[in-house]
Amino acid sequence: MSSPDVPTRGPARPGPYIIAGVLLAIAVVVPLFVPAYSFDKPRLAGIPFFYWYQMAWIPITAGLVGISYWLVSKEDRRRRETVRGTANGGQVS
Amino acid sequence: MNSLAVPLAAPDRPVSGVALTIVIILFVAVAALGFVAARWRAGQETGLHSLDEWGLGGRGFGTWVTWFLLGGDLYTAYTFVAVPAAMWATGAVSGFFAVPYTIVLYPIVFLLMSRLWSVSHRHGFVTPADFVGGRYGSRALTLAVAVTGIVATMPYIALQLVGIKAVLTVLGLGSAENVLLTDLPLIIAFVVLAAYTYTSGLRAPALIAVVKDLLIYLAVIVAVIYLPIKFGGWDNIFGAAQTKLGAVNPATGKPAGVFIPGAASYSAYWTLALGSALALFMYPHSITGVLATKSRNTIRKNAAVLPLYSLMLGFLALLGYVAIYAGTKPIDLNGAVNPQLVVPQLFLDHFPAWFAGIALAAIAIGALVPAAIMSIAAANLFTRNIYRDLIKPEATPRQEASVSKIASLVVKFGALIFVIAMDQSTAINMQLLGGIWILQTFPAIVAGLYTRWFHRWALFAGWAAGILYGTIAAYNVVNPVTKANFGGSIAAIPGTDVQVYIAVVAFAINLIVAVVLSLVFRAMKLPDGKDITRHSDYGADENDPKVAQIQREYPLAEPGTTV
Repeated sequence: MSSPDVPTRGPARPGPYIIAGVLLAIAVVVPLFVPAYSFDKPRLAGIPFFYWYQMAWIPITAGLVGISYWLVSKEDRRRRETVRGTANGGQVS
Repeated sequence: MNSLAVPLAAPDRPVSGVALTIVIILFVAVAALGFVAARWRAGQETGLHSLDEWGLGGRGFGTWVTWFLLGGDLYTAYTFVAVPAAMWATGAVSGFFAVPYTIVLYPIVFLLMSRLWSVSHRHGFVTPADFVGGRYGSRALTLAVAVTGIVATMPYIALQLVGIKAVLTVLGLGSAENVLLTDLPLIIAFVVLAAYTYTSGLRAPALIAVVKDLLIYLAVIVAVIYLPIKFGGWDNIFGAAQTKLGAVNPATGKPAGVFIPGAASYSAYWTLALGSALALFMYPHSITGVLATKSRNTIRKNAAVLPLYSLMLGFLALLGYVAIYAGTKPIDLNGAVNPQLVVPQLFLDHFPAWFAGIALAAIAIGALVPAAIMSIAAANLFTRNIYRDLIKPEATPRQEASVSKIASLVVKFGALIFVIAMDQSTAINMQLLGGIWILQTFPAIVAGLYTRWFHRWALFAGWAAGILYGTIAAYNVVNPVTKANFGGSIAAIPGTDVQVYIAVVAFAINLIVAVVLSLVFRAMKLPDGKDITRHSDYGADENDPKVAQIQREYPLAEPGTTV
């Protein structure tokens, strides 16, 4: 390839990616750990623990993914700015 | 309609006039929307004459459209029918696993899909097999991924028809005697679907998904608030479910189902959830939805907001238990019990006919969105990875689009014949196998997003080993009542009695073969294929130039050439 491999992003700072990785790992592992929730009691409005606990993890996961999105996209923006500089002219959108 | 109008003794049902009228009105409105979609956001001089336009909706869907499109694409009509049906029939392990499945799905999507978007955007890839071809330069591996995708998608489309059929049956259309009359509404629905998919491409399901999703949310929210109040609270409902699922089935000597999984079912429960989550975004129709988005981060943002659909799915699953308490009788045309009729029947029994009509229309329209996207995705695979790669390498974008349009028709009519000509259980068995098969493309697609370490032939061998094991293991699962093969998707890990989802074991075998053979092939110094992607491609966003543009600016040709 003679066309140069122009980097699209500057070097990464590991921090945001590590935090996001941990949050996402929690969101995958905890809902799959069945021994932690295969009970009937305590019930919530008549719904057994097994059912409402898993449903409760839906908004929690959404939150964890949302925080990860915020962390990673902020870092992503910073990395792109280091490559492009402040001049944004000439971009194709 | 109340339950008095449903004579349980006679298989033929009375037609529910009001509900049927509502369903027909909504269906016609949605079909019109499908045709209008051709003009939505169009206007480029190319029209719909390229796969980017016809097959990926112009690659410009933002966060909102993507939310509706992927929501309508992933949470299919069959899901809405089958998950509560499984809850009603056998309880938590085969039904409620859908909740952890659609929870752990999104962190995985967040990690993987933006990289796939970036590299596909840079290189103009339309299908996952395009990416595998570009990354590994192996025709066999590309073809393996493409064929697996097409074969796994076909029965999935067929099952969407099963979803429509459940609605039509409950509405009283069709009879056990007249087969042609029974299938006629289904055929009409599918011809209309095929026509607007042909003319509008991916824009049609994107626009229809908005209507369908709003209807589904309305139906589920109302049902989940109203029905428990009507039946005296969730306590009663779960009590009835516990009693029914705990009752011993005389045919097997075991309880009918699982109310709360015991220690023996833990592994089955979490492997079903994990395996399904890993597999879902290997399906061509999911990847089509991802590649149709406008920017690298659209899919990530959606990973944070799509779980709202999972919440809806969770409540919908619980409607299976509500139906147990309500004593819903899902009697099919032939007089047999068909669990898939449970949710449509529940709506018809306990709501005013007009509202039942809205709910049933939501399910029926819900089948049209994924069926359209799936047929487009399968057609794109055929066009790019079989027609262009093997038959006509110099095909123009215009030719690609016309081949893909025709292929989408073929795929849909194949699915229609599947459902009409064959037993419904064939489609369900094939779908079960499809889930196992599609997961076997995971190593080739996902590992390639991060590393070139795997050898192309090792990935191919791993894919073959996974498919082989998965097929044999699924065949060997025998239904304890009917003694039929393909009786389920759970089997013991070979050499143990730990029950797990077959796809996950097949995936592990696939991965082990791929790793060991990669080491061997590297040691033997077998040649690597040509990798046309570069490190920078995997982080590109919509403002970065595409490869075609880079090559115009930095031509590959002889030194001295200028542009």
